[in-house]
Amino acid sequence: MSKLLELKNISKVYGDLHALDNVCLSVDKGEWIAIMGPSGSGKSTMMNIIGCMDKPSTGQVIFDGKDISKESRRKLTEFHRDKIGLVFQQFHLINYLNAVENVMVAQYYHSMPDEKEALEALERVGLKDRAKHLPSQLSGGEQQRVCIARALINSPELILADEPTGNLDEANENIVLDIFRQLHKEGTSLVVVTHDPEVGEVAQRIVRLEHGKIVSDKKNEQFSEQQEVSL
Amino acid sequence: MFFRMVRGTFARQWKKMLMIAVTVALGASIATAMLNVMLGVGDKINEELKTYGSNVTVVPQSEAVISKLYNVENGDVQTEFISQDKLGELLTIFWANNITDFAPVNDTTVTLDSSEVKLVGTWFNHHMEFVKKGTTYQRDTGIINLRSWWDIEEGGWLDEQQSSGDEYAMVGSQLAKDKGISAGDTLRVKGENGEEELVVAGVFESGDDEDDCIYTTLSAEQRLTGTNDLIKKVEVSAITSPDDELAVKAARNPSLLSGDEYDLWYCTAYVSSICFQIQEAIPEASASAVRQIADSEGKILEKTQLLMTLITFLSLLGATLGISNLVTSGVMERSAELALLKAVGAKNGQITLLVLTEITITSIIGAAAGYFMGYAFAQIIGQTVFSSSIEMSGMVAFIVVVLVIAVTLVGSIPAVRMLLRLRPSEVLHGGH
Repeated sequence: MSKLLELKNISKVYGDLHALDNVCLSVDKGEWIAIMGPSGSGKSTMMNIIGCMDKPSTGQVIFDGKDISKESRRKLTEFHRDKIGLVFQQFHLINYLNAVENVMVAQYYHSMPDEKEALEALERVGLKDRAKHLPSQLSGGEQQRVCIARALINSPELILADEPTGNLDEANENIVLDIFRQLHKEGTSLVVVTHDPEVGEVAQRIVRLEHGKIVSDKKNEQFSEQQEVSL
Repeated sequence: MFFRMVRGTFARQWKKMLMIAVTVALGASIATAMLNVMLGVGDKINEELKTYGSNVTVVPQSEAVISKLYNVENGDVQTEFISQDKLGELLTIFWANNITDFAPVNDTTVTLDSSEVKLVGTWFNHHMEFVKKGTTYQRDTGIINLRSWWDIEEGGWLDEQQSSGDEYAMVGSQLAKDKGISAGDTLRVKGENGEEELVVAGVFESGDDEDDCIYTTLSAEQRLTGTNDLIKKVEVSAITSPDDELAVKAARNPSLLSGDEYDLWYCTAYVSSICFQIQEAIPEASASAVRQIADSEGKILEKTQLLMTLITFLSLLGATLGISNLVTSGVMERSAELALLKAVGAKNGQITLLVLTEITITSIIGAAAGYFMGYAFAQIIGQTVFSSSIEMSGMVAFIVVVLVIAVTLVGSIPAVRMLLRLRPSEVLHGGH
């Protein structure tokens, strides 16, 4: 399987603090990776670098064969807009726009808003009937599904999720994980940053970070079995 | 989508937007009022100063030479006069419409009850007609407007246009007190050429030497002195432009001006160009500015305009600081939303455009409200200070729009800088 993303000897230094320390990681196309670790281990820093929202202090980021670590912020913005869909723990929906408009915002800054496509994205996450509801009229799980629909709308090559179930109850957590399973089955690459073992253990591969270093990088042996059970 | 987001901001942040609109409205209203008053103040101050008398005097040329040489008034020994027929020429000069009033002033000494009294013959509300090259010029003019500060203690102003057959006069308050004169009394005055019976139309108080004088019609004075149709002096009140370098240069010697300078000077209502044109129309006369009044006009106008410019500048500076604070706090409140837009692919320019569009729309609404408030302020200033309305200038509306946009953009600079520095990675994930 070809590589989608490669981090080569990435370090990120804030003063005396090494948030990431000589990290190497590769993600294949269509792969589902969970990045786990305790608070302060460097998960969010790694996510920001993978998501083109931050630059490493040293090292290379190669995305789809292209070294993007030295690109300007403007180029990085364009790159992450075209290639990456973001899912946040806090959802970050615009509260004066309804669900479908929140999805269309991502379209607007990518190309052209298309309500039909936005409704289809909401349908994929089971929320077409809630398209005209404002975020305040949706439950936490529904808001996160709108966030996922927004991440999907521009057909990204990678979905990057930061603690996607951190603010959800168990029922909604399962709904979100089922959506991730479906996306993985459709060939979408997923990188999920989490400290929740239950979320990490449903991924294909689990990478553990501690003090800015990768301490383990293992395939999840139960992954195929789980896929069978859920789907 | 863009305007949906703009609309959403207005719906969500309406209090903040209202504050920005009010800030802009206050700044724009003061700027509108001050600029309109500033543009109109020249005329208003001129009109105001016209109430303090004439600003140009016209005398026979020989009298002017003596006066200049010896720095004295020639008084009763005057031997040269201006022909009364020539006064109509004042209505024909280029700046005739700027001449608000004029009146001939002939003074003499007469005997009243065996004592000598100064008597002045002049026009009060004289109706004059002048025909030149087939055109008839008409004007009601006289000292009623040139002596607007006179306080009429008894009776009223002498009305030249009534036709009762009597000859009338007005008496200064001090003389009236000394001689026990009241309105309606008849005075018998004796001049070097005869006697006149004058009915007292009113008693006035001027606060100066005129309180010891008798004012009567020009024709009565001319009969008393035997100077029929002859004028010693003419007082002219004209609306003038404040002197500048060109006017000062021209006042020294108009022949030193270049062709363009001469045209500009001639076609500007400087007191010196009006005097020059009066002399052109009446060659035997010499017209000169009453410098005290002409200088005061320029200085008052200059200082008033400086004060208003400063008030406008300070009000706009205040508005800029207010907008700066409000917009910056608005961006801070919306940092998560704006960071999200960056995170979904919005470029800095697109987000800046969104924020500036919201602020500009708010500012334009504020500016429109401010313009009407400014109109009201200008009228209040006009009525309070000048007792007349201030004409609103279209140019001011344009200037105010430009100033408001400039103030809005300058006031938004700190917010835009903050917006450009906003990192989705820091705002959306809470650091490392």
